[in-house]
Amino acid sequence: MTGTNEETPSDHLLALRGMTRSFPGVLANDDVHLTLGAGEIHALLGENGAGKSTLVKMIYGILKPDAGDILWKGQQVSISSPAYARSLGIAMVFQHFSLFDSLTVFENIVLGMDKRESSAELRREITEISRHYGLPLDPDRYVYTLSVGERQRIEIIRCLLQKPGLLVMDEPTSVLTPQEVEKLFETLRQLAAEGMAILYISHKLDEIKALCSRATILRGGRVVDSVAVEHETPHTLAAKMMGEALAAEPEPKAHTPGEIRLALDRLDVPSANEFGIPLRDISLDVHAGEILGIAGVAGNGQDEFRKAISGEVTVAAGQVRIDGTDCGHRGPNARRLMGLSSIPEERLGHGAVPSLTLSENSLLTSFLRLGLLSGGFINRSACDRFTDEVIEQFRVKANGAQAPAESLSGGNLQKFIVGREIRQNPELLVVSQPTWGVDAGAARAIHDALRDLAAAGTAVLVISQDLDELMQISDRIAAICAGAVSATYPVDRVTMEQIGLLMAGASTLEHAAEAGHAD
Amino acid sequence: MEILVPTLLTIITAATPLLFAAIGEMVTEKSGVLNLGVEGMMLVGAVVAFATVHHTDSAFLGILAGILAGAGMSAIFGILVLGLQSSQVATGLALTIFGVGLSALWGQSLVGVAYEGLPKLSVPLLSDIPLVGPLLFNHDILVYGSFAVVLAVVWFLGHTRPGLVLRAVGDSHDAAHAIGYSVLRIRFFAILFGGAMAGIAGAYLSLAYSPLWIENMSAGRGWIALALVVFATWRPWRVLVGAYLFGGITILQLHAQAFGVGIPSQVMSMLPYLATILVLVLISRDQNKIKRNAPACIGKPFHPTA
Repeated sequence: MTGTNEETPSDHLLALRGMTRSFPGVLANDDVHLTLGAGEIHALLGENGAGKSTLVKMIYGILKPDAGDILWKGQQVSISSPAYARSLGIAMVFQHFSLFDSLTVFENIVLGMDKRESSAELRREITEISRHYGLPLDPDRYVYTLSVGERQRIEIIRCLLQKPGLLVMDEPTSVLTPQEVEKLFETLRQLAAEGMAILYISHKLDEIKALCSRATILRGGRVVDSVAVEHETPHTLAAKMMGEALAAEPEPKAHTPGEIRLALDRLDVPSANEFGIPLRDISLDVHAGEILGIAGVAGNGQDEFRKAISGEVTVAAGQVRIDGTDCGHRGPNARRLMGLSSIPEERLGHGAVPSLTLSENSLLTSFLRLGLLSGGFINRSACDRFTDEVIEQFRVKANGAQAPAESLSGGNLQKFIVGREIRQNPELLVVSQPTWGVDAGAARAIHDALRDLAAAGTAVLVISQDLDELMQISDRIAAICAGAVSATYPVDRVTMEQIGLLMAGASTLEHAAEAGHAD
Repeated sequence: MEILVPTLLTIITAATPLLFAAIGEMVTEKSGVLNLGVEGMMLVGAVVAFATVHHTDSAFLGILAGILAGAGMSAIFGILVLGLQSSQVATGLALTIFGVGLSALWGQSLVGVAYEGLPKLSVPLLSDIPLVGPLLFNHDILVYGSFAVVLAVVWFLGHTRPGLVLRAVGDSHDAAHAIGYSVLRIRFFAILFGGAMAGIAGAYLSLAYSPLWIENMSAGRGWIALALVVFATWRPWRVLVGAYLFGGITILQLHAQAFGVGIPSQVMSMLPYLATILVLVLISRDQNKIKRNAPACIGKPFHPTA
């Protein structure tokens, strides 16, 4: 333990003592201590399943602790409900968003507010906060039409409206651009300077270094250390978090591109609903053996783009070719048989059926290629065997192949879905947000698997909002903005800032440079 | 002209019980609960309302008793599906079977008893206007009440915070729970409202539509009401349109049969169902609107400990 100054409990805004909570078969939190002062940005670090979510749920009144005391401003409190937590001044941005799909942005925000205000006044406040903190949102749009990143903005604004004393943020930056992350950090620092305490959960060690002053590290439900961040490096933090040192990610090898696996020729797709993004004139080649990264801010047509490639949306003849064969009019199964695999952004409900077992979820995307059907009957043992292999290779924490998909944590389900597609040895893989909400160790495993796949000759297209990730694993990179894709550049010849310009809508860097001179 | 007004009046009386039952079920479903017991709740409401009027001679007490009886039946349903986590579909079906039997048992001594029907409340002056007067301003209290309920539900769901909370609970009970709303309590009230409206629909049948008690007198109207909710894509004004469309064509085809139109009576009897399905399917083609209005959590049990 590093020596923090001995303080009396009343100096702390929040003090947790001996928090313990068990679930059937798991001790999720075991004697957890944590203190947090006003104006402090405090990181809560840990791998998936380390007990971070359980701890913050107890702070927010969703779960009741089995044992332990919570002191708020020096007073012992029993937080029995989220409404009571909010009345104390505790706000929370959830990892799995607590949003209502069929309601509008405005209605979703109203539902999270305890005090009643006139709707005109609330609208004015929403506009003000969204402009002040750079979180653009149209209050009258329905949530089901929004991307993941836009949904998160609703959560953040909902919290900031309550002017809380403590803001709990669960993985808030995973869907933002570097510029947006920087903007958010400025906001958070400003909030902290104004006296707000922030409990910041993240797996991104660089971010914690950049933002937080102290960190409490959880492993297996116990506090392994509580440190001053300035004395640590991302490496020492990772070692404490995982109990073992994490080797540095290898530099991407210089690649020799093979033949063209996927060719998009002036791909043009009108929008399916009034809030969708139409795809405009996208031409792109993905070669065997390379990873092509597509950067972009949430809601710029990423989902439409992936659907047009996977075959969930069919397009005009000639616009999509796999290995030279036109498949614009073919559906997902036909394209799978041509060697394509696709991993959507939304894990539950799109990437996996929540109530089905992992084994059944394996069957759904792999029955054609792996021959899991015999004479129209499901070969259950082959499904189970395949699923067990995925679980083992990708270290999915699950109760076997018969566990329902919804019983897995977000990160583990992501590992399973990515593993399920990679184990099928696709010749062409399209993956959206491969490591969203996944901890550092698992993200590393997924990155390695993607690179191995490319090294073995697969063409990989990664669509991600995490620019660090794309810079790490891609050979070439492009950006999508408002349904159009920029020119592609070798990743070692562009900077983060240049890609930021492409993400903001420049079609090539030359254009961006000209615009810069014109200013 | 002479036949027009009485025909239109019968359409209103045919539509009113459907409207009550469907609007109540719509509110229940909006909160995420599917109650298939509408038919049973209507029958119990009908027999209790009729018996109360028979014994007290007070139409007001009769209607009140019908409401309470329907709500009581729905309370049983609510305790079973919310408190004891039983299957909503099976419990709802059981409630209907239970209601059919219970109402027949309680109504044995009431068969053949006569009642003159609910008094008409004429609006002075307005009801004297030719054609419009008798159509709009000379009804019993429940017909006026049915429109008031639709207006109230439109206002409640669209313009009040509790209405918004109710829709939110039906859309995602997990998110509502995470924010801190009491999912089970909100659903229980929605179930009670649905039961009360089914009870009043039953009371209308036995006190106004055909003022007497006969076994199984709802004759499947509870099921029609359930179907109307779905075809109306959970929107109150469309429930109103659907109820009147169904009631209207039921009456019109009866008149057509009486006039001896050369179409087999079986085909004529199908018309209300066909027309209602057709019209409501046509007006609900828009996928986005369905997505906005259908309660995503309907029929799913909620475990508050998770």
